[in-house]
Amino acid sequence: MMIITCPWCGPRNETEFHYGGEAGVAYPADPGVLSDEEWGRFLFVRSNPKGVLHERWSHNAGCRRWFSVHRDTVTHEVGPAR
Amino acid sequence: MSQPFRHPDRGRVDRTRPLTFRFGDRTMTGFAGDTLASALLANGVHEVARSVNLGRPRGIVTAGVEEPSAVVQIEAPFPEPMLTATTVEVYDGLVAHPLRGQGWLAPEPDSARYDAVWAHCEVLVVGAGAAGIAAAADAAASTGDRVILVDERPPRPSEVPAGVRLLTRTTVVGYYDDNFLVAVQRRTNHLGAAAPLEQARERLWRIRAGRVVLATGAHERLIPFPDNDRPGIMLAGAALAYLRDYGVLVGRRALVYTNNDTAYRVADELRGAGVDVVVADTRADAPAADLPGARLSGVLGDRRVTGVRVAGRQLDVDAVLVTGGFSPVLHLYSQAGGRLRYDDGLGALLPDGCRQRVEVVGAAAGVGLPRCGPPPMPEPSDADGRTFVDLQRDVTIAEVRRATGAGLRSVEHVKRYTTAGTAHDQGKTSGLLTSATVAAALGSSAAEVGVTTFRPPYVPVSFATLAGRDRDDLFDAARLTPIHDWHLARGAPFENVGQWKRAWYYPRDGEDMAAAVTRECRAARTGVAMMDASTLGKIDVQGPDAGEFLDRLYTNVMSTLAIGAVRYGVMCRLDGMVFDDGTVARLTADRFLVTTTTGNAAAVLDWMEEWLQTEWPHLRVWCTSVTEQWATVALVGPGARGVLARVAPDLAVDVESFPFMRWRDATVAGLPARVFRISFSGELAYEINVATWHGYALWQALMTAGADAGITPYGTETMHVLRAEKGYPIVGQDTDGTVTPDDLGLGWAIRKSTKDFVGRRSLSRPDTARSDRKHLVGLLPDDPTLLLVEGAHIVGHTPLGPPPVPYLGHVTSSYPSVALGRTFALALVTSGRQRIGERLYATVNGTLIPVEVTSHVLYDPEGARRDG
Ligand SMILES: [Zn+2]
Repeated sequence: MMIITCPWCGPRNETEFHYGGEAGVAYPADPGVLSDEEWGRFLFVRSNPKGVLHERWSHNAGCRRWFSVHRDTVTHEVGPAR
Repeated sequence: MSQPFRHPDRGRVDRTRPLTFRFGDRTMTGFAGDTLASALLANGVHEVARSVNLGRPRGIVTAGVEEPSAVVQIEAPFPEPMLTATTVEVYDGLVAHPLRGQGWLAPEPDSARYDAVWAHCEVLVVGAGAAGIAAAADAAASTGDRVILVDERPPRPSEVPAGVRLLTRTTVVGYYDDNFLVAVQRRTNHLGAAAPLEQARERLWRIRAGRVVLATGAHERLIPFPDNDRPGIMLAGAALAYLRDYGVLVGRRALVYTNNDTAYRVADELRGAGVDVVVADTRADAPAADLPGARLSGVLGDRRVTGVRVAGRQLDVDAVLVTGGFSPVLHLYSQAGGRLRYDDGLGALLPDGCRQRVEVVGAAAGVGLPRCGPPPMPEPSDADGRTFVDLQRDVTIAEVRRATGAGLRSVEHVKRYTTAGTAHDQGKTSGLLTSATVAAALGSSAAEVGVTTFRPPYVPVSFATLAGRDRDDLFDAARLTPIHDWHLARGAPFENVGQWKRAWYYPRDGEDMAAAVTRECRAARTGVAMMDASTLGKIDVQGPDAGEFLDRLYTNVMSTLAIGAVRYGVMCRLDGMVFDDGTVARLTADRFLVTTTTGNAAAVLDWMEEWLQTEWPHLRVWCTSVTEQWATVALVGPGARGVLARVAPDLAVDVESFPFMRWRDATVAGLPARVFRISFSGELAYEINVATWHGYALWQALMTAGADAGITPYGTETMHVLRAEKGYPIVGQDTDGTVTPDDLGLGWAIRKSTKDFVGRRSLSRPDTARSDRKHLVGLLPDDPTLLLVEGAHIVGHTPLGPPPVPYLGHVTSSYPSVALGRTFALALVTSGRQRIGERLYATVNGTLIPVEVTSHVLYDPEGARRDG
């Protein structure tokens, strides 16, 4: 079980957290002007690397705050967002 | 003579404490400190099991958890299947049976208790052999460090370093991320029927360690030869352990068959205990061997070894003690993410670096292991089908060769093809043997072939232990409304909605569910009825930007809502599919009360928080769950106004003063209350909210006030029927995450303005905009008494015709209706709205039931009843 460091509460067990997928995928300023393909990309396409991923977590069983970290999808090493 | 193979003075069993046990149909004795295996061997019993596929007699091969063969069924005091005789401690009254294959579970529930604890330490040492004890002593010397030493065996008389917490009979079964390890402690198993019930039988330890020292030792390996599975054939190191630890001789005349030097120490010590020993060494250069350069080519005896053919001659022996070298026990290291490298000198895999803070010491790191190659492979012969690699799975060299012959190259594929290494022991003594066999067949090396992935658990763990206290009533929290006791006293069965217990219906004398629901529905449509709706999700949304925030999440506009007004709302996910629905009431300029479906309350609050925190942190909005702060009673039916007027004399309840979709603060039955005029049944209805602690009082006051009007409590089943008659969908029942608001006939709830809301862009994607999507429609079976099955498929023709038969949709809700005087259903049907009036067919138990497609609103489509 990974230890994830919540910026508010400190290091806690993974089971206290909820995974939120890749970070930095911003909601488009005006979805109405996007083509179907652009909108489809925003909805469904993520980078899915073998290696370090910038991702979102929410401390659901704790302070309920969202934050982002860097996690290696191979080794599960978790570090602070850079 | 009792225990004829017990040495007069060797071993550490307690000879002052004889124990009586039964194995198969024999009653025998052993001593305190014996395992079932050592006690059986002391009595001269080697044959303890049958092999699963071939039914061959099988014996005891090891003296520990790595046992591949001696699997038994415990019958008493409590049945347990598939335990290894080498790890079961003997107690008075133990009854066990030889096993072929899987065994059987107890038909009655396990009365034992299981629990779990957490532990945190700076250093965790796994294995209390010499290397482990030294590592623990070292670690304990650092002041203040918490050191835990775990050992799978019963307590031993060895020295425990001061300051070390020792857990015996405890096996680490898994090594996970960030030095999190899980161990199982067997606390009272060894006491049999004498185990105190109040003490947990097994305890799961969840351990977080700063660093880990693995002193897990090494497992000896077999050497393949024909009939190498006969009882009486065991590992040489096991024979030594039986002598040293238990004072048991595994035979009188033994052949030691080896490819390494450890055999000579074993031979010497056995000779010292009075055993005749001949050493056959596979190596030509083995000066101390009786038979150097020898090959064991055959075994005599069926249910017990009686002799061997070795180096061209025949020897009478009653035991064959094999050592094919040692494999360091690196299961946990590998689970931790540690790399392994093959060492030619030891013929074994060694640790080769790990990102976690773990070190490996002692034999597990190869220290003190003899130099030797991988186990020597026999030349292909007729005997390959009797030369075993994995005893428990009955996998022979012939089968491994068949796998490589079929083109398999990876040892992982060979494992799945042959099942080698997939039994309870996960190939602890046979893994490298399988690899060596694959390597020999491919003309490759064990180094290149490698071994299969080590996965947790290291030893089998019972589900009871994993469940611990989380069973029966403690499995999950039950959420009860403040009116729960009333429902209980009325004999209502309960429906689980998430963690909530909701009253399902209230049967009167002798009524079945159908009769009760018919009566409750009739009361709600023609008189007055009431329901406990306290479980409804409620979220208090506050802040200057609350209206703007809700506009972004709901398909319809909420910011224009007047104070005192209520609006129905639908929420979509980003993909445009319906996520939840409910009502939004404006309490003040910057405060709204949002309701959600019972099952989705937490998800909706999470959804709001996610958007607020991650996308719109500039919006000044705060959300709080108030679900459990409010008790809610729905007062429903043409008679509802009269009852409300009686309990709320100061509230103007006429239609003009208190119209539909408005809320009012009021005093109801003397209690401060907020009353909403909303309806989930189509009837005149009020939802009365009071503080939770007043919920029971409100309920009773309404029951009393409505008594002369025949007020009828109703449950969730009646609620479902009433809403379905009106075509109100239930998110999660009539939807499944592929349904848009328009599919549900809720297109009217989508705003006309171009202002964005979450999911809006998805509703104009080609797939969501097409007209032949599945729509929510009503279905009326031609036979008005026939009830369709929820989930039934809808097709267009009868007979079906050749497959593939075009599938048009499925039934989502189906009920008998007293208001309609017939059965009806809701269904998601392709181009459903264009098919209204058409005849389709629903499949029920293999027959096609003709149905007519109708609007999803079957009762009071003009909405004439909502004002009473
Ligand atoms: Zn936190």
